[in-house]
Amino acid sequence: MEFLDTLIVLLQSTIRVSVPLILAALAGLYSERSGVFDIGLEGKMLGGAFAAGAVAAITGSAWLGVLAAIVVAVALALVHGFASITQRGNQIVSGVAINFIAAGATVILGQAWFHQGGRTPPLSGGARFTTIDLPFAAELADVPVVGAIYTNLLSGHYTLTYIAFALVPFTWWVLFRTRFGLRLRAVGENPGAVDTAGISVIWLRYRAVICCGILTGIAGAYLSLAMTAGFVKGMTAGKGFIALAALIFAKWKPVSVMYACLLFGFLDALSIRMQGHRLPLIGEVPVQFMQALPYVLTVVLLAGFIGRAIPPKAGGTPYVKER
Amino acid sequence: MSAPHAKLPGWVDYGVIPLVNLVVAFLVAGLVVLLVGESPIRAAALLIEGAFGYGEGIGFTLYYATNFIFTGLAVAIAFHCGLFNIGGEGQAYVAGLGVAIPCLWLDASMPWYVVFVVVIFGSALMGGLWALIPGYLQAKRGSHVVITTIMFNFIASSLMVYLLIDVLKPRGSMSPETRTFAEGGHLPKLDWLFGPLGIDVGGSPLNLSFLLALVVSFIVWVIVWRTRFGYQIRTMGFSPSAARYAGMKEARIVIITMVMSGALAGMMAINPIMGEQHRMQLDFVGGAGFVGIAVALMGRSHPVGIIPAAILFGMLYQGGAEISFEMPQISRDMIVIIQGLVILFAGAMEHMFRPTIARLFTSLGGGRKPQPATATE
Amino acid sequence: MSDIAIELKGIDKSFGLVHANRDINLRVRKGTIHGIIGENGAGKSTLMSILYGFYQADRGDILVDGAKTDISGPSIAIDKGIGMVHQHFMLVENFTVLENIMLGAEEGQILTSGIARARNELKRLENEYALEVDPDAIIEELPVGLQQRVEILKALYRGAEILILDEPTGVLTPAEADHLFRILAQLKAQGKTIILITHKLREIMAITDEVSVMRRGEMVATRTTADTSVEELAELMVGRRVLLSVEKGPANPGEVKLSVRNLTVRDSRGVPMVKDVSLDVRAGEIVGVAGVAGNGQSELLQAIAGIRRAETGNVTLNGRPIDVTGEADPNELRHRGLAHVPEDRHHMGLVLKFEEAENSILGYHDDPRYLKSFFLDVEAIRADAAEKCARYDIRPPDVRLKTANFSGGNQQKIVLAREMERDPDVIIIGQPTRGVDVGAIEFIHKRIIEMRDAGKAILLVSVELDEIRSLSDRVLVMFDGHVVGERSPETGEGELGLLMAGVTDQEAAE
Repeated sequence: MEFLDTLIVLLQSTIRVSVPLILAALAGLYSERSGVFDIGLEGKMLGGAFAAGAVAAITGSAWLGVLAAIVVAVALALVHGFASITQRGNQIVSGVAINFIAAGATVILGQAWFHQGGRTPPLSGGARFTTIDLPFAAELADVPVVGAIYTNLLSGHYTLTYIAFALVPFTWWVLFRTRFGLRLRAVGENPGAVDTAGISVIWLRYRAVICCGILTGIAGAYLSLAMTAGFVKGMTAGKGFIALAALIFAKWKPVSVMYACLLFGFLDALSIRMQGHRLPLIGEVPVQFMQALPYVLTVVLLAGFIGRAIPPKAGGTPYVKER
Repeated sequence: MSAPHAKLPGWVDYGVIPLVNLVVAFLVAGLVVLLVGESPIRAAALLIEGAFGYGEGIGFTLYYATNFIFTGLAVAIAFHCGLFNIGGEGQAYVAGLGVAIPCLWLDASMPWYVVFVVVIFGSALMGGLWALIPGYLQAKRGSHVVITTIMFNFIASSLMVYLLIDVLKPRGSMSPETRTFAEGGHLPKLDWLFGPLGIDVGGSPLNLSFLLALVVSFIVWVIVWRTRFGYQIRTMGFSPSAARYAGMKEARIVIITMVMSGALAGMMAINPIMGEQHRMQLDFVGGAGFVGIAVALMGRSHPVGIIPAAILFGMLYQGGAEISFEMPQISRDMIVIIQGLVILFAGAMEHMFRPTIARLFTSLGGGRKPQPATATE
Repeated sequence: MSDIAIELKGIDKSFGLVHANRDINLRVRKGTIHGIIGENGAGKSTLMSILYGFYQADRGDILVDGAKTDISGPSIAIDKGIGMVHQHFMLVENFTVLENIMLGAEEGQILTSGIARARNELKRLENEYALEVDPDAIIEELPVGLQQRVEILKALYRGAEILILDEPTGVLTPAEADHLFRILAQLKAQGKTIILITHKLREIMAITDEVSVMRRGEMVATRTTADTSVEELAELMVGRRVLLSVEKGPANPGEVKLSVRNLTVRDSRGVPMVKDVSLDVRAGEIVGVAGVAGNGQSELLQAIAGIRRAETGNVTLNGRPIDVTGEADPNELRHRGLAHVPEDRHHMGLVLKFEEAENSILGYHDDPRYLKSFFLDVEAIRADAAEKCARYDIRPPDVRLKTANFSGGNQQKIVLAREMERDPDVIIIGQPTRGVDVGAIEFIHKRIIEMRDAGKAILLVSVELDEIRSLSDRVLVMFDGHVVGERSPETGEGELGLLMAGVTDQEAAE
């Protein structure tokens, strides 16, 4: 039973760290599937985390915090949209810019408003999310195996966690079962086909970018309102880029995105867990190796050694009517 | 859509428009200053005073600028080949090994100038190697260099943390850094150069690598505009189909350019390690690799533009530190915002004001009639 | 109800300085197949894109069913019952047939019910018009002919009453083309109106009821197909141009310098563009390749120059083979005496952002004359460029000016000077005077003749028939990837025009 308990603890923390990855990677999926590459997930997430922390601290409401996070992240997404859709600028350059603006602005504004060295005030009570127990979690706790899994693994997460996981099938449904999804996928592959079908390429891409903003906002709110109690300077710590890696690793498919994020989250959880432990034959695995593994795996995939990651065909290029 | 293509004289395209973009970036930054309740004008005055008002300030400004010249050149040379190297940060980080290892090895036995030569090659080699893999993958396997270099930044970071904690840290020490180098691992300061000009840079870490940066800038200019290889780089960057027509080896050009770009980013490591700290610390690059993107965009990828752009960012870094004493609301992170705004306005939205400026220019009577028969149809 | 489905009145459209359509008037009668014929660049596609709302006309009116209609976008055209099959298919390649057909006509936010309806409707259309296609097939896995069928179904699904097809047979095999024509006849029988854009006379004669001819942005004539002839149309299409007078003496052909045998080349999509082509070019002669653009000439030149890999075939230069199916190296070919003036000077022949002097060494940047070890000898390069400027009358004679700032004619002279001043044995030239002003044309033609008289072997590709006729010593005509005939340059325009339009050798000679 000890092994099962260890495993459950490990998986539980895997879920905890995977949630922001899933949200951010799904966000990137909407944008990139529409043909707008986004390396600014990190910045939007950070901006969202700050807005959530700040508004929750002031209003005392976690949900208002989430709303604020969405507003800020969507605003940043619209800047990216304006640069890359309307101005037809370089999408990579724009994404880099968003990351810097968010990194700087969150600290400057945080310091100016709260005077705590770039942090927002610690949250408590209704200003942050608490975990919720699924029905009968307490009653089932003692049932062997099933109880442990239900009570300790499936139950006891934040509302946002359940939302994040629900968003995976939802995104799949949107993408493959709705008109919006059909058009979104089409515009990322061949905007000419969308244009000649009488649909506005620009408006469609803006909507995709807004979806991206909403999800990165929720991802940011999770960081500052659920995972921790308040915003801390630079708290995304590269999660936006891991999410980007996961998105590529999952070949821009929603369900695969969830698995990729869980895998990368698992590696993260495992690296913390294994610190100081020795493995048979291998000896102690440096924690840094585990941290670098998602990136290494993504590079290996990109190099075409394990399958091929083919991005949406029209990705990265602004739409100009053919002459 | 005819306005953006209207022909404007070179000085408008290369002077006025970048300047307008820059001014807009700073105006928006000024709004942020206003938002936190400070006066942008006073902030600007403090900034300039802190950066150029006294000898030590100038020394610090140029010390920071040194880093940015290297990373700016790295981004620029890749731009000339049509490549976007976001990996300067990681390349410089790994190149720290090329500086620290020769210093640790030779510092007690050799004079600094011998170590310096070894370190120049060492840093270039390590930085170049770290860029070689993304370059190779782009040229031969079609994986996009933007994504791979981002990934390589993170891999570099993990690698260096591991090496500093588990390998390079002296026994018994708690901080993740190498031991401090002996005399042979110290680059000379530049007070002898600035003293005669009446500027006392004494307290600042400004060192010989600033001159190295200037020399390297010149060398980059020579490579890009005066060598056969540079000619091939620029042909590739402007028109891959012209490169094919001319029989150039595309994959080879991409790989070598990426290695050069990595080598340039790598040389940045000399400045903080051998020039200032005399040891290698965790995170010594401190974002300079990313500042290089802003510097290259602002400097239009030309050394003559990159050096002043790097000095401008050096000024922001140094002056920004000074402002934070006077205005507690404004920390150094203000620079990160400005950096982002510069990248946004000088990079992603560089053409936003062009139609307006073109119209203004034409209405002032200076517009040249566009020449016929150059249409691409 | 009028019996005119579409009427265009005074349509005028410019792109920057290019006047694509001038004061076009056109009436298309209901239930007919109306052909629009013209050479490449005559403005046919632009006109149809305006009708489809993809572009907006600068001036003029569009009447659909007799009512003036402002077609400000494709969605309006679709509403008015206009459908278009583009030359480059507007399909999402990794979508299924069904998804492509539904795109933009999904009926409701959620696809499920729409899919069922689309499936039924598709079935009905298939039966009605004999247009079978598997609705669940992925587009990129379908042959081009079927992809085109999907485009037609897409238009019909949207209820198109008027169907525009832009060069529909360009990518089809003859059998597929015949099938397409049967489909079109069927559609016409069902009362649909069809506008067929093509440059192939045979298609016009085979299937249309009426035909309008466009030339250089203008609508020059409309005829009832039954009352016209191939000859008349060819003449209308090409026009009676003033033959540019080029003084040239008789050729003195020597030994074979360039020999091509059974060359087959595919384009980047894998479509065969050059099919089993063989030709010889001798020292001191100009061999002209005539043909409408897109019939394989570009790929022929590129394969010979080592820029595009050929699938099969042998090419020899000065009697020594070129590895055209493997790693032919443009650089090495230059050293072996092959000069190449590419068709596309903006993307291949020149780097527009370079200074003039920098372009004057493109491809010859390995020449020791321009180098001091690894360094460019800038002085020598500029001096050399200045000399060429003088000899080729390149204006302005400023070797440091950005190439984009030169006029088309002067840009072309930069390329010619670079390629010809090298004393090559063989020169391959594509579209030497495209986008070039009249003054420069004469100069360029004179230079080409001079090179011939100096004993060079010249292969010339041009879509300008009069250019081919006035320069060449022998004329080859390419159609659909094949060399379909060889004629002397004195052959009448009509006959060459027929060959270019795909009429067979014997028919044309009659």
